This record gives sequence, structure tokens and C-alpha cells, in this order.
Amino acid sequence: MLEEKHKLATRWFHWINFPILSLMIFSGLLIYWSYDPYNIGIGGVTVVHMFPDWFYNVTHIDHKLAYGMALHFFLAWIFALNGIAYVIYSFVSGEWRELAPEAKSFGEALQVMKHDLGLKVPMPPQGRYNAAQRITYSAIIVMGGLSLLSGLAIYKPAQLHWLTAMMGGYEWARWEHFWLTMGYVGFFAIHIAQVIRAGWANFRSMVCGYDIVEAGGSHGD
Amino acid sequence: MATDPNDPKVEIARRTRRSFMVLGGGAAVGLAGWAALNRRGAEGDIPPALRSILGFNERVVRGALYSNDHLVRTYPESAIGNIKVNADYGLDDDIEEADWRLAVTPYGQSQPSARVTMDDLRALPRVEEIIDFKCVEGWSTVTKFTGARLSDFTAKFAPGSEKAACVGMKTPNEEYYVGLDMPSALHPQTLLAYEMNGKPLEAGHGAPLRLAIPVKYGIKNIKRIGSIEYTDARPADYWAEQGYDWYAGL
Repeated sequence: MLEEKHKLATRWFHWINFPILSLMIFSGLLIYWSYDPYNIGIGGVTVVHMFPDWFYNVTHIDHKLAYGMALHFFLAWIFALNGIAYVIYSFVSGEWRELAPEAKSFGEALQVMKHDLGLKVPMPPQGRYNAAQRITYSAIIVMGGLSLLSGLAIYKPAQLHWLTAMMGGYEWARWEHFWLTMGYVGFFAIHIAQVIRAGWANFRSMVCGYDIVEAGGSHGD
Repeated sequence: MATDPNDPKVEIARRTRRSFMVLGGGAAVGLAGWAALNRRGAEGDIPPALRSILGFNERVVRGALYSNDHLVRTYPESAIGNIKVNADYGLDDDIEEADWRLAVTPYGQSQPSARVTMDDLRALPRVEEIIDFKCVEGWSTVTKFTGARLSDFTAKFAPGSEKAACVGMKTPNEEYYVGLDMPSALHPQTLLAYEMNGKPLEAGHGAPLRLAIPVKYGIKNIKRIGSIEYTDARPADYWAEQGYDWYAGL
């Protein structure tokens, strides 16, 4: 029998967000290039400069600040409206209950991770999303909200001075905005790997919404 | 071949086909939109579609957000940093303060009606502010500026010009120039500055007179102002011509 895996609205929000967020990251990098002060380091020792010269040489994202800003401040509308619409939909429809982490999710997520890493640990029983997915996807949505707020704090620090102050000031807001973005890049890498691993039926369910299940059981990814 | 319409395999194949067609159609619309968004305009400028979106954003900000009651954050003396000289457009020639005059063209006139000296400017109420100077590149430096409010200057040397929509400023050699919307120009923290960090302006920072307008990015903070003009038409702007937002408001 067919089982509905993802609601039509969820799929639209997801597939609109995917290219928009990708282009937000791209245009964000065009902006970041003109002032790139952040590093990954341990106790003042820089391990990786964000970003190394080879990265700029390979990607050719240099000297496109004006274009990057204009693109960023257009796509931000779509990113924000799509994200806000999703959150409203989630609450109105009650879908959020299937996504928000439960008290037991934090313990179970470890079990899911061990299972996914090939250790002989059984998957805990789950609803639409497993414990690790609940935590990760919910975190991504919260991060989206923080990206919007930190972005606005950088965009209009004079008119929205209260927001900039709330984010810890102008420089902190830029730092937060940057590392949230790196968070998406990390999420993206794991998400794609998991989707490939889960296989065609799972991917198809994110497009058409349904999967074939044996009567009596489901196991989403 | 299974043709039973109730067969889940047939049903999901039908749904898959339909959904992927919608996804493909959506992707095609997205790609067409991307192409339209990036259709090129004038050499050196950003695509016209993006330029009009910057205009839309400006209208939203000016209509819903901007107020001259919104002051930028000010800092204590101890926070002052060491601001770098980031650009020297229009500063090539040597200039003597004694010879320098600020040419003022009031609203509705085509020729300068006044040539203001530094002594005239220093006679206006002296205002000090320690603000975070923000470069469009992303860096910022807390800096102290001292000078006369542009609003006081306008009231004294171009009375009535507040009615204009814009203010344009140029360096004496006209190599660098900025355009400002009137509300930002009349913002109480917008100064015609003659001192920076407690010392007379250095040549590289725009001696003898520069603009300090903390509600705008650094690109609008023109150094070595030679002329001021009040107009309704948007004055030319050096960086807007290079693809940046004409408004460039913070």
C-alpha cells in the first residue's frame, strides 16, 4: 500500500528552499570575500583560514561584492517568506509535532548515529522522522531564523539597532551569520550522503510524497 | 504487465511521473527566472533586474524602517580604533586649506551661490560623535568625528534646500562624488567633519572637510568635499555606477 511520507506543502517548501539557500550561500561568499577575517583554530593558532587562497582561486568568487550584495538582498526575500510560511504551516497543521525533538530524542539520536555508522545497534522505533532527524531538522529551522535575524542586524544596524544589539553587536552578528552558513554547508554534506544511502524510494518520497510500504510498518529516512 | 489501477506500483509510478514533471517544470521556471535576473545591462553595472530590486528594498526601508529618530550607537573614547585609509579617489592633487572653498548650489539654482570657508564651517555648532564607521566590504572601526551637522550647514548656507529630494557632493576635481537622500543628509548624526579622532583631518582621510554619515556605508562618506548641490534628481554616485546600491543605507 501507499503511505504518505511528506505533505505536498512540506515538499514545496523544501524544494523552493534548496536552490534559494544554495544561492544565498553563493552570494554570501561573494560578500564575505571582501572581508574574510574568520579562522578555524585552537587557542589562537590558526588551523584553517576561512578561506584559503586556493579556494578563491578555484571558485572565482573574488571581486563580485556589488553583485553578491544585490543578489543576496533579493533572494533573502524568498528565503525569509518561504521559511516563515513553512513555520506558520507547521504550527497550523500540527506537523511540527512530528519534527520537534522529544525528551527521549536526545538519547535515541546517539543510538541512531551508532546504527548509521554501521555499529550493530538497532534503530529505535520512530514516527515520520527518527530522533537524529528530529534534532537536526529542527536545529536547521532554528538556524534559519537566526540567519534571518543576524542578517537583518548586519543589513540595517542603524534602523534595527535593537536587533543588532540583541545579536551582540555588528561584528558578532556577522560572525554568527557566517558560522550559521558554515553549519548549513556541513548539514548539506551529511544530508546528501544520507539521502544517497537511503536510496531511491526515500528520495522519490520527498518529490511525490509517497512510498510503498508493507502493510503494518514504515521506516522513514 | 500490471494495469490494475489499485496496484500500489502503478499508483506510485503515476504519482512519481507527475511529481517529477512538476519538479522539472519548477526547475525550468527557476532557471528562466535566474536568466532574467542576470540579464546584463550597462557595462560595469549589476543586471538591471537586480538594480530595480535594490530600488524596491530602498522604498521598503524608507517607508517602513527609516527614521531620523533612529540614532546609530555611540561609543566611549576607549573604544576608538585605528581607521585605515581605504581609498584615495579624488585626492591626487595637493590642497591648501586657506585656498579651499566649498561651493554651495542651493535647491532650484544652477550655479553655486556661496563659497564657504573653513572658518565659516567652524562657526557652526561644533558636534562630536564616536560611531562605528562601517565599510561596505564588511569591516568597521569605531571612530570619532567632529564637525558641523549637515542640517545646520544647510539651514545657514542653503536655507530652504531641505525641500530638495537629494544632496550631491563632489571632490574639487570631481573624480569622486556621492548622492544622498535628503532624510539621511539631515540625520542629526550626519556631519561635515573637519576633525577625526581629536585631530584635524589628515590628507588621506579627506582634509580639510569630509562627510561623516554613519547611517550610510563608508562609500558615501566622501573625503575632501569641494561642492554641495541640492537637487530633486538623484545626483551621480561613484560606487552606484560600479554596481553598488545607490541608497547604501544602514
